[in-house]
Amino acid sequence: MKRLLQLLAVLILLAAGMTWLATGANRGWTKTSVAVKTLDEVTGIEGITYKKQFLPGVDFLGAALGGAALLAGASFLFRKPKANNQPTNNQ
Amino acid sequence: MKLTHILPLLTLTTAVYAAPQSFDFKDPKGVNNAVFKLDAPLESINGSANGISGSVSFDAENPSATTGKITVTTASLTVPNPMMNGHLHSDKWLDATKFPEITFEVKSLANVKTEGNATTADVTGTFTLHGVAKEITAPIKLTYLKDKLGDRVPNMKGDLLVIRANFKINREDFDINKGQYEDKVSPTIDLSLAIAGAAVTK
Repeated sequence: MKRLLQLLAVLILLAAGMTWLATGANRGWTKTSVAVKTLDEVTGIEGITYKKQFLPGVDFLGAALGGAALLAGASFLFRKPKANNQPTNNQ
Repeated sequence: MKLTHILPLLTLTTAVYAAPQSFDFKDPKGVNNAVFKLDAPLESINGSANGISGSVSFDAENPSATTGKITVTTASLTVPNPMMNGHLHSDKWLDATKFPEITFEVKSLANVKTEGNATTADVTGTFTLHGVAKEITAPIKLTYLKDKLGDRVPNMKGDLLVIRANFKINREDFDINKGQYEDKVSPTIDLSLAIAGAAVTK
């Protein structure tokens, strides 16, 4: 159980870091939409519409780090199973 | 009186008494927008609003007589972060339920300069935000596009009026978290308006 929790913590950190890097390493807050600008040629006005897109930010990394730390911390609550190679004296 | 004498007189009379046109700013193309920007520690908060309506009375022969009112629906203000969006519309900030509209009503224009189809001026009017009305003055640019409505909206004839304005307001002047969160959100808000209105000719 201890190993499983620690492995899970590492996986969460790796997955969050890779997602953050793959989506452009946004150093701002997490966004769920991005602004798309379109030019109206007659008036010259740049219209703004929002396209749904998940863009993880530093708060996403922080949450992942927190989750991983929680799992890693919880892993210490489980004791390492003792090796069962001691001779028994009940014979 | 000869016809050659009457025609220039008629043209002059028409020019002098040309009625101002009423431009409707409910944009069928949804391009009209107001952009706002606030400084914040991690990154500036950038957002926009497209729920724009209102009407402006504009006379190309006499731009200084421009009057009108522009309304922005508070609920249409959008920022890309969903949590910030929720905070923005909540009663802690703009209270979109209690104050559903942000308005600007034109009182007067000063320093009016016209060059070609573009007029620049300093507009003074009443800006109402969060239920607080305050008189502000801002530089404005009006571009009159005669007979251009058909280029934008097929099967319609008329003129377009493009209004652009950039100005700053202080959120504390409008009772928005006065003296609070100044380390998190700047009290100064940069506003930028780019809107087009249409006057349909019959």
